[in-house]
Amino acid sequence: MDWRRFGFIAFIITILFSVVVLIGKAEISPVVIVTSMLATTIAVATPLTLGALCGVYCERAGVVNIGIEGMMLAAAFFGWLTAIYMNTVFGLAPMPSLLGGVAAAILTGGLLGLFHAVLSVTFKVDQIIGGTVINILAVGITGFLNRQLFFEKGSIFGGNVPHAPGVLPRIQIPLLADIPVVGRIFDQQPITFAAILLVIITHFVLFYTRWGLRTRSVGEHPRAADTVGIDVYFMRYANVIIGGMLAGLGGAYFTLESVPSFEPLMTNGRGFIALAAMIFGNWTPFGAWAAALVFGAAQALQINLQFFRESIPPQWAFLQISYVVGLAPYLLTMIILTGIIGKNIPPAADGQPYEK
Amino acid sequence: MQSSEERTSPQTKSIMRFLRPTLNALGVPLLAVLTAMIVGGLIIAFAGGDPFMAYIGLFQGALGSPRALSETAVWASPYIFAGLAVALAFRGGLFNIGAEGQLAFGAVMAALIGYALPGWLHIDLPAFIHIPLAVGFGALAGALWAAIPGALKAYTGGHEVINTIMMNYIALNLTSFLLNGPMRDPNPLNVIARTPGIAESARIPPIFSGFRVHWGFILALLVALAVWWLLWKTTLGFEIRTVGANPDAAKYAGIDTKRTIVLTMALSGLLAGLAGTIEVTALNYRHELGFSIGYGFDAIAIALLGKTHPLGVVLAALLFAAMRNGGTRMQFLTQIPVDIISVIQALILLFVAADAIIRYIYRIRAREERVVLTRGWGG
Repeated sequence: MDWRRFGFIAFIITILFSVVVLIGKAEISPVVIVTSMLATTIAVATPLTLGALCGVYCERAGVVNIGIEGMMLAAAFFGWLTAIYMNTVFGLAPMPSLLGGVAAAILTGGLLGLFHAVLSVTFKVDQIIGGTVINILAVGITGFLNRQLFFEKGSIFGGNVPHAPGVLPRIQIPLLADIPVVGRIFDQQPITFAAILLVIITHFVLFYTRWGLRTRSVGEHPRAADTVGIDVYFMRYANVIIGGMLAGLGGAYFTLESVPSFEPLMTNGRGFIALAAMIFGNWTPFGAWAAALVFGAAQALQINLQFFRESIPPQWAFLQISYVVGLAPYLLTMIILTGIIGKNIPPAADGQPYEK
Repeated sequence: MQSSEERTSPQTKSIMRFLRPTLNALGVPLLAVLTAMIVGGLIIAFAGGDPFMAYIGLFQGALGSPRALSETAVWASPYIFAGLAVALAFRGGLFNIGAEGQLAFGAVMAALIGYALPGWLHIDLPAFIHIPLAVGFGALAGALWAAIPGALKAYTGGHEVINTIMMNYIALNLTSFLLNGPMRDPNPLNVIARTPGIAESARIPPIFSGFRVHWGFILALLVALAVWWLLWKTTLGFEIRTVGANPDAAKYAGIDTKRTIVLTMALSGLLAGLAGTIEVTALNYRHELGFSIGYGFDAIAIALLGKTHPLGVVLAALLFAAMRNGGTRMQFLTQIPVDIISVIQALILLFVAADAIIRYIYRIRAREERVVLTRGWGG
């Protein structure tokens, strides 16, 4: 991860923040605006960060995974479903229900990771097709079960959606969260904190442990790795499953941390943007996180513009069309992929099945 | 002196070359469909439904009456175009996940030409001019939408899988902006995001009065033939297939690979644009937000099920159309949500893509050559 990329990221985030500060400064002090933007950015970047980490594990081991979107969608649904079941059918308290939901989401992601590994490692299916199968399957299964379980007559919940047990509570980091104004940044929900922690852990695992060295070796040169006795298939299976579990946690963000409900297609391309973040981060955890924050900032801008809708000056009126701002993450992704902000170099054996 | 067999051989050979890959390849796709239906039946039973009633309803709704057949053909028209779009790109070594966006953009353009052009020109256009204009501009819009990721792929290496998906979301945002804003139907009774109805002169008529099946279906079949001709009978087609099979060899053989990649994507987008255009000019007579949700992904499954061959694509599109059309009747009969069709179609895609699974279950030996579909980020 070179400094040019971090510079570009800082530049884009500064621009996005400045827009909101310029619009809102008449009513609210810039410090408060920047703090609130930063807190929102970190929170909404969570599924992107986790999705990108999923990509890092998979692709460092040599398996392309474009099924992150589907993994997150399925995990969001089954996590939510589990939380509702535990809460309304088994009568558990909201907190254990939510934690059970998170566990179910991670399990769902892990199972889909296993599925992707079976397809791409054992059956040597074209990995991009395999990912597409996961995406389509996730849309179909979640849409079918959502309607079958909740909206059909005679279904388990008798045609009405029961209330989910809320969302995961905020956690305040001691001392840091007590700082006036800026403390807001350290007052987040658990999956957000977990994502940041996992970025650090992934960096350590990949670059400072034997496991990481083996993972990178099967992604760069599986033949050489095999020759020195590393089990290529096992490493690929394990890393794709780990990646799937991270994507599952990212899916839990949607229905257990962000809002207490499920909607069909609610991941809305976040899995693909996460993939772009991973590429822009040059397959490194910290790079991927930084790129995820850029996309998070674009989304935070969209959210914050809603607050200042009344006070937007006429020369900024075009920003009122939320569609224009909504395009930013997608355009940014395409610009990043051109490689004009630094060449993107994937692991050498990325996407290639290994024949023993 | 030549024997009669050899004299007639050019035509026969050409027909056989058209049929043989399909006949050879039929085994795995048929078993894939069968297996997906069985697994789908298990899911229906698991969710508390009756799989046999479901499939009876599906069959009745798809093929049980002249009206059902007509509706299946109506569903099949965009599927054939979109499936051909994805198949053509696959042949050129490109994975076009963006048929959805190209389709939507084509539909918007066709609708615009359809309802606004007579007003701009202040004349009533005759149908034989207005229809080709609307269809042509719709197709061009799709081509343009796909040429952008094509050019990015050729000249910067930006991967088309992600870029076409991004273009989908951009098309979705743009369409909802246009249909809620500048292109919204001004009729005071209108409460949804849709364009005004297109002029009578831009409407493609139905084939039989009383049924909705329209000439767009015939056009789809003709275009399938044209795609086959393009791929196997023209220099451009040869270049597309060579670049798809081995870009390095293509480069050394003197083919301009960058130009071919852009052209392949543009042609692919043209076909996807036609899918949206036909829906507007021959069926809905306007563009409405969200009518095309899912066509893009279905098109991938259709292209793969059809082994990326035009004839296979037509057959696969008819199957998918029958399932979509029959799904409504199935839901009516058994209260099983029509979404199960998406699950079955995803399973079909799974078993076709992972044909090793099918070969393993049914103990079939690998026969046909594998088509290289996609490559990693580097290629």
